[in-house]
Amino acid sequence: MSNIPAELRYAASHEWVRPEGDGVYTVGISEHAQELLGDMVFVELPEVGSKVSAGDDVAVAESVKAASDVYAPISGEILAVNEELEDSPELVNSDPYGDGWMYRIKADDESELAELLDAEGYENSIDEE
Amino acid sequence: MTNKTVLHPKHLEAGAKMVDFHGWEMPINYGSQIEEHHAVRNDAGMFDVSHMTIVDIKGPQATAYLRYLLANDVAKLKEKGKALYSGMLNEEGGVVDDLIVYFFADDDYRLVVNSATREKDINWLNKVAEGFDIQIIEQPELAMIAVQGPNAKAKAAELFSDEQRSAVEGMKPFFGVQSGDLFIATTGYTGEAGYEIVLPTAQAADFWQKLLDIGVKPCGLGARDTLRLEAGMNLYGQDMDETTSPLAANMGWTISWLPEERDFVGRKALEEYNRSGKEKLVGLVMEDKGVLRAGLTVKVEGGEGVITSGTFSPTLGYSIALARVPSTARDTAEVEMRKKWVTVKVVKPSFVRNGKKVEH
Repeated sequence: MSNIPAELRYAASHEWVRPEGDGVYTVGISEHAQELLGDMVFVELPEVGSKVSAGDDVAVAESVKAASDVYAPISGEILAVNEELEDSPELVNSDPYGDGWMYRIKADDESELAELLDAEGYENSIDEE
Repeated sequence: MTNKTVLHPKHLEAGAKMVDFHGWEMPINYGSQIEEHHAVRNDAGMFDVSHMTIVDIKGPQATAYLRYLLANDVAKLKEKGKALYSGMLNEEGGVVDDLIVYFFADDDYRLVVNSATREKDINWLNKVAEGFDIQIIEQPELAMIAVQGPNAKAKAAELFSDEQRSAVEGMKPFFGVQSGDLFIATTGYTGEAGYEIVLPTAQAADFWQKLLDIGVKPCGLGARDTLRLEAGMNLYGQDMDETTSPLAANMGWTISWLPEERDFVGRKALEEYNRSGKEKLVGLVMEDKGVLRAGLTVKVEGGEGVITSGTFSPTLGYSIALARVPSTARDTAEVEMRKKWVTVKVVKPSFVRNGKKVEH
């Protein structure tokens, strides 16, 4: 069973979201998602400053196996991206909830967070796959 | 029904992620396929290839039979233990399978064929055997472990007896020798030095464990695929099949045209293809971000082709592929990657040999 930290929120499309305060959220992909994809070889990140809507494909996680879109779990403006992933995409595999984070987003509407899953809900959604 | 090799429990013990490979439950990786890949390029790795089919061909007409069965000519094999890579063709000149044949004596050969095509191959061997005085003997009680990498031979030799060590001493590439319970061959599917070791199934788990204990890294099908692709080696069912001429699969070198009077299955069709020769298998290199994948369309001078195998090359740090394209293709091609056309280099289908980049 893969690790699903209780303090995070999740999208059914396997992104996790962590509140950093002031309406800013960090986004990455779950341990389960990186396990499915296998060794990461490229990560394409969104442009800092771009405006995205919940459900937009904003990044690409490309592994030895496949290229997979990463979606924006909430709407907002991209504040920062994890530039470490340019040279070390394997961080997504080794530390998906830490050094393997993908981008930070300033939420337009924090009520969108209520649409996301808690750890238990995400675990159930994986079990149904 | 799912088949399991005798090493299946060892894979689970090592935490392998298992997948279905043409009816066999096999390890795709033991954690990281890229680390496994590097282990083979830089040190030593091992693969369970026990699912492959070993067939011995014996009898007074064994040589005549194989000279008719295979596009390559076993008459070239003079030294005991020498091996040959060949396609086995149908009458239409398509590839039924690719295989390695070992020569022991004029009435004694060993074939190693693909697992995915086992039934089809056995049927084909039997069909072509009609009228030949030979026996076709499958060897399901044998397991096979490939130990590959620059340190593979030295490490494997630690487990050999004195007799086995002297049997393999100075053995050139593409030879095999039976010594004690082991059949040890200097063959492989990675572009590195190493051995493929055939042994009784009852001894396989113990041998695997001993290799593990001296630091040989277990490697799965994922790494096996990236290693063979870097080495420019075909995968049956992907880079060629029954509908593909070996001439369109970079296997021209495996066809023995001479002597002209030797007839072999598919020869007429092959001669005809050789005159018209519409397609060839080339290598593609893309140094930009992204990964070339099988099935993608390729535009070249004179028409369109398709990627038959594509991957990220862990050794080179960018993507490589094999593609079947019109023979008119020159030194660049266009590939559609995520809705954008990207220009890639067309090269000879060989990318890495003995740990080093092949300069084109």
